[in-house]
Amino acid sequence: MAKLQREFQRQTQCPKRVDILFCSSVDTFVGTMLRLTASRVGSLFTRRMVVATTSSSVRMSSQGHEVSEVSDLSVPMYCDRLDTPLPDKPYQDALSVAEKDLKQKEKGPWGQMSNEDKLALYRLSFRQTYAEMKHPTGEWKTVIGGMLIFIGLTGLLVIWQRHYVYPPFPHTLDDDWQARQVQRMLDMRVNPVEGFSAKWDYEKKQWK
Amino acid sequence: MFRAVVRLSVSGVRTLARSRPAYTAPLATRCYSHASQETDEEFDSRWVTYFSKPDLDSWELRKGMNTLIGYDLVPEPKILDSALRACRRLDDLASAIRILEAVKDKSGPHKDIYPYLIQELQPTLDELGISTPEELGIDRL
Repeated sequence: MAKLQREFQRQTQCPKRVDILFCSSVDTFVGTMLRLTASRVGSLFTRRMVVATTSSSVRMSSQGHEVSEVSDLSVPMYCDRLDTPLPDKPYQDALSVAEKDLKQKEKGPWGQMSNEDKLALYRLSFRQTYAEMKHPTGEWKTVIGGMLIFIGLTGLLVIWQRHYVYPPFPHTLDDDWQARQVQRMLDMRVNPVEGFSAKWDYEKKQWK
Repeated sequence: MFRAVVRLSVSGVRTLARSRPAYTAPLATRCYSHASQETDEEFDSRWVTYFSKPDLDSWELRKGMNTLIGYDLVPEPKILDSALRACRRLDDLASAIRILEAVKDKSGPHKDIYPYLIQELQPTLDELGISTPEELGIDRL
């Protein structure tokens, strides 16, 4: 089992190899696609494309990506949460000599320990106290501010479009045209029972 | 039809209103479930038994405490007492302090629960030498 695990780690920690595998599979995929089109088009252009993708993938695989830090997500992790008072593991695993002494002291009676020692023990196991967890961060200011900035930029864009992109308003939206349209509707007695013309007093020449 | 009118007459309504309290008791338990309802005492004794297990390990302590805090209740002092003693057996002072913090947060807006818990737990705290978060000054920033 341990041997298998080591083998697995060795494979996963070799980015170059993984990269080559990945690129070659992409290459074969792209190559198949392009060959399909090439058989139909048969132009020089597609062949050049194939050459271009192949050379770039070779360049990528020769460099290899830098894997900065691998965190194993399958092991228990520390997490400060109000509804989970005791996280899966203590905050600090690697203890210094003084901290190991403190841990030894913890095995004795607690009543004789000083408050500083108790606090230090607490901080070894937990990162934040409940008071620190519940302390407001003020992040909402950043969020609201960011939202307003983007809404403002959108508004500027809309104004710019209004001036430079959209055509002018149609003439039927002019005030003059609208007034004449209303007059014509009244003259035609549009909807005289309960609708438009019913609200117009034809004798006093005003809206009821 | 007239029978319905008679039933809804004043006297009929009065009898309905009078007979209502008799129906609340069976309705309080779920009529559609045949599972027996756990009483509060059974709940408390179950958790006290859980934390009193002599060879309770640290995983069981964490699991039990996280589950208990996940419920919609504040644990009774006797449950907390056995949990704190479990912390002592595991030599885990930090978890003991953390549990006190958690139940204080769990009380929510009811400010009188936590002082009551501390008052009930005071003998245990003195015996084991556990400091409350207030004594350590971590209850506020």
